[in-house]
Amino acid sequence: MTRTVAVTINGATFEREVEPRLLLSDFIRHEAKLTGTHVGCEHGVCGACTVQLDGTPVRSCLMFAVQASGHSIRTVEAMADGGSETRLHPLQQAFHEEHALQCGFCTPGFLMSLEPLIPALVGASDDEIREAIAGNLCRCTGYQNIVSAVRLAAKRFDAQHGTNGSATGPE
Amino acid sequence: MKPPRFEYDDPTTTEEALDLLAQHGEDAKVLAGGQSLVPLLNFRMARPDRLVDINGIEELSYIRHDNGTLRLGAMTRQAAVESSDTARQLCPLLVDALHWVGHAQIRNRGTVGGSVAHADPAAELPVVFSALGASFHVRSKTGPRTLSPEDFFQTHRTTSLEPSELLTEIEVPVLPAATRTAFVEFARRQGDFALGGAATVVSVDESGACRDVRIALLGAAPTPIRASDAEDAIRGRRLDEDAAREARVLTEAAITPTGDIHGSGDYRRGLIATMVYRSLLQAASNRGEAA
Repeated sequence: MTRTVAVTINGATFEREVEPRLLLSDFIRHEAKLTGTHVGCEHGVCGACTVQLDGTPVRSCLMFAVQASGHSIRTVEAMADGGSETRLHPLQQAFHEEHALQCGFCTPGFLMSLEPLIPALVGASDDEIREAIAGNLCRCTGYQNIVSAVRLAAKRFDAQHGTNGSATGPE
Repeated sequence: MKPPRFEYDDPTTTEEALDLLAQHGEDAKVLAGGQSLVPLLNFRMARPDRLVDINGIEELSYIRHDNGTLRLGAMTRQAAVESSDTARQLCPLLVDALHWVGHAQIRNRGTVGGSVAHADPAAELPVVFSALGASFHVRSKTGPRTLSPEDFFQTHRTTSLEPSELLTEIEVPVLPAATRTAFVEFARRQGDFALGGAATVVSVDESGACRDVRIALLGAAPTPIRASDAEDAIRGRRLDEDAAREARVLTEAAITPTGDIHGSGDYRRGLIATMVYRSLLQAASNRGEAA
């Protein structure tokens, strides 16, 4: 039994015949050929496969592609300006500058989880930042530099957008 | 791994879902948020012939204040309850506990009803609903039933839901003013399965004495259980350090949690008793809930 699904990923709609058991993560990688979304544990623990479903971070390994039909998915490929390698998204730029990745396997998941949270993390304490990234595992960095990158991205967001978030967090 | 093959239905009304369950219930599993079921499928620990996906049933997703009760549709996402002013105002214990459920990404998908129907002994929501004396409304083609948490939770990941039945609503009584609540748990890392926990609901009269006391334990048994010895000892007394200590000792004597790789039975017994102690002191310092 297969079904026709139409999943919009980063603005482009992918219409395919798929088995209901096809995971969204595999649809993204093997059907849409967008391999920026990584697959780690395939049971919702590691966070590597996190994408945004209608703007909300979710595990793409815990959803079926059929469930995403008619919905809008955002993946890491949409972050840099026009897929550019030179004009990174401010959050990617902060990861780059703070050395918040080593092997980079977990990075797309971190970015997808964090992107919608940055405005709320302006002035956040390190504990609050660590809680925000608790759903993503990284085996290289020890998290210190990821926390620094989030702090930097939030600070720049505040400077640019002038949110009311009081910048009381530790520098 | 990848999930095994299954037939898939995605009804858009409760009636349609009940028809499907009446026809295929024995071989089907209901798919709500999927945050527990899909891992089981990926591990092939579950191999249902059919999934009845209820994500498209909009009428099962709501948070309503209705005549002294808070009504939660079974498909309501945990994140929606967490950010609901209505839920926070009427049932702060539930919102406090949701913070401990998985991670934000899991709560964005996970549902209130799914957590209840999955009945994991390490899950927060079944314990909270036990402490609150919630009612579980279930439906099937043969009619509706309303079950108490005690009747609903049978054992480890097993409920009294019949294969043809669907959990549709959780009804939580809104607590009277001057009721104090607290939820505490211990997990090795943020978002991990808890090693133990306690949900406490205490009403206090004008003299400061406890009247109704309900303490539900997480991880103490295959289902949520109440710390009845501790409850009896506290009723009628002031909620202070001495009372909390006595509750800890009585709980430790009353429970026999099972050990596993994450902690022995003895360790968990002490841990859960300490959670009772902490939840009582935290409840004592929490202000009364708005009715």
